[in-house]
Amino acid sequence: MPEGILCNRTPINTKEHLDAVLGDKGGKQYYQEMQELDVDVEKLQKSLQDTCKSRIRTWLEICAHCGLCADSCFFYLANRRDPTQVPSYKILTTLGEIVKKNGNVDNAHMRYCMDTAWGKCTCCNRCGSFCPYGIDMGVMFSYLRGLCFSQGFVPWEMKIGSGMHRVFRAQMDVTPEDWVETCEWMAEEQQDEWPGLEIPVDKEGADILYTVNAREPKHYPEDIAEAAILFHIAGENWTVPSTGWEQTSLTMFAGDWEGCKMQVQTVYDAIERLKPKRVMGTECGHAHRATIIEGPYWVGREDGRPPVPYLHYTEWLAEALRLGKIKIDPAKKIKVPVTLQDSCNYVRNYGLKDITREILSYIVEPGYLIEMKPNKEHNFCCGGGGGMNGIGLYRKQRNTGMKVKRDQILATGAKLVIAPCHNCWDAIRDLEEVYEIGIKWSFLKPLIIHMAIIPDHLKPQEEEEEE
Amino acid sequence: MYNFITGPLLWLSFIVFFVGLGVRTVLYIRGLDWRLDRVAYRAYPGLGIKGALSSIIHWLIPFGSHGWRAKPLYTIIFFVFHVGVVVTPLFLLGHAIIMEERWGINWPTIPMWVADVLTIGVLIATVLIAIRRFALPEVRILTTLYDYALLLLTVTPFVSGFLVVHQWGDNTFWLYTHILSGELLLIAIPFTKLFHVVGYFLSRAQIGMDFGIKRAVKAKGGFAW
Repeated sequence: MPEGILCNRTPINTKEHLDAVLGDKGGKQYYQEMQELDVDVEKLQKSLQDTCKSRIRTWLEICAHCGLCADSCFFYLANRRDPTQVPSYKILTTLGEIVKKNGNVDNAHMRYCMDTAWGKCTCCNRCGSFCPYGIDMGVMFSYLRGLCFSQGFVPWEMKIGSGMHRVFRAQMDVTPEDWVETCEWMAEEQQDEWPGLEIPVDKEGADILYTVNAREPKHYPEDIAEAAILFHIAGENWTVPSTGWEQTSLTMFAGDWEGCKMQVQTVYDAIERLKPKRVMGTECGHAHRATIIEGPYWVGREDGRPPVPYLHYTEWLAEALRLGKIKIDPAKKIKVPVTLQDSCNYVRNYGLKDITREILSYIVEPGYLIEMKPNKEHNFCCGGGGGMNGIGLYRKQRNTGMKVKRDQILATGAKLVIAPCHNCWDAIRDLEEVYEIGIKWSFLKPLIIHMAIIPDHLKPQEEEEEE
Repeated sequence: MYNFITGPLLWLSFIVFFVGLGVRTVLYIRGLDWRLDRVAYRAYPGLGIKGALSSIIHWLIPFGSHGWRAKPLYTIIFFVFHVGVVVTPLFLLGHAIIMEERWGINWPTIPMWVADVLTIGVLIATVLIAIRRFALPEVRILTTLYDYALLLLTVTPFVSGFLVVHQWGDNTFWLYTHILSGELLLIAIPFTKLFHVVGYFLSRAQIGMDFGIKRAVKAKGGFAW
């Protein structure tokens, strides 16, 4: 069979196609079809010719086979130093073979590539910083994902994720109407406690345009409310776009480069349309990676930067605390042992290592922050990055991989893990569910709201009258 | 025979070596693509150069990077090997004499005892590297015969050269072995993994630019290699 009905080389571009794949619970038929899916060798050769240039070819060729990357990989460590988990081995036996054989590979090899690219690597890029040549296997696995996607060898959930972005311009089926309604609903819900709180939609020329992760309108609308409350306290002139509000990119995890471009373009269009002074995103790692770090390149911006300065949530929060826009009640500072999860996507891959620590310096009582080892740009992935959290097929592999993060957290003795990243937050929640180590985990927003001093003029009216 | 291998063949080896490395360097740089690599190489020359230098230098210095510090024993073996392999042939008295006699170039040299120490260092490091390749499962799984062959090719001029200098064994045989293996090594460099004599700098510069321009823009002082 050249191509399956559900598992094929065509990306999902219509609601009907999306529903058909979604209807196949757990991807049972999808994965069955994948067993028979032919490799389009000519297409693969064309891709290699067009996109596999000197950087990747040189990396594959000069790898000294020294094995120094082994210890850098949390999958290698979590799997009791299984040599088949050495990053170099993983990339040489997958992409390395494809390049060496100039695309003349079979179905079994492509399925092995898929299992490796999504089931044994989260594209955390840690190995790249431990290779003497600077060979970044995370970058190559991301590239390999692109080849796999174009050939239809992509995990079921990633195929759907890519389709969601292509159909809804969001990683979940949230329409612009759903989104605007959720914002209105959240603003309304807060009126008792926060009179006058607004979630302005499509306001032109605002100081801040705020973008989110589709999970928030879909599953955690309180996160949007929390963001609004903090903007309200800080007195910011902000807005959200009615379209282009989704900052994440499962297309990036899926290796769907065309879809990546579509998604980011939607956000950039909102920026051009509403002309904000700055844009900022929610507490998400890969959303930042997709829209700020890689996005400019996908849409072809030669300066490699988004159209206007685009902050990570932590950058704005640190600034608000630094400038006193939000003041912390000293009595409410965190007084339990706490540790910080550095997100690969905006710490190792963007350099925001000091900003989160600045925030913690305002909200954690001195002496209660215990750093993980290693940390900052050398921190280990939470175990759920790169789409791993969402792929049922590799759930076992993910749970094994999380052991490294579990042991890192246990070594700190912390009772609370601050994880300003959706993927890390999820992985640490699941880690607690699987290993029950007795920790709590949190984004920054709820912690700050709990600790912030509320200016009198923002308090509900009755309270003011009573005073 | 001697005249041929130290004359035309030597020239040929040097030409292949230099032209080969030159061509590969040009091809590498021309193959970099800001859009595919997703690094705005041209947009930020200052950040790029800073990032490239930092990336090269941290890894050029023993224990200069997190990676080297994580593997102290290997780091020592690695640097003993590489310092010996580079410094000994470049500044050996015997080689300098040839330079002086042939072209009248006054070439700097290191004392013979230093050359001996460096060469013995190279030989010991080679044995340890080979043992490591075999003994550690995470290295063994990556190792191919090609890796051992390159190690042998690299070390042969040093073994034979050492025997020539100390006049052990059949001097003519070892001298010819030394010259021919040295020439073979020069010719092999542009066409094998040994390309890393230049490739190291190119690859580290590229990743350094990536981090300098893009991935460590918000890190004070750049990426902490």
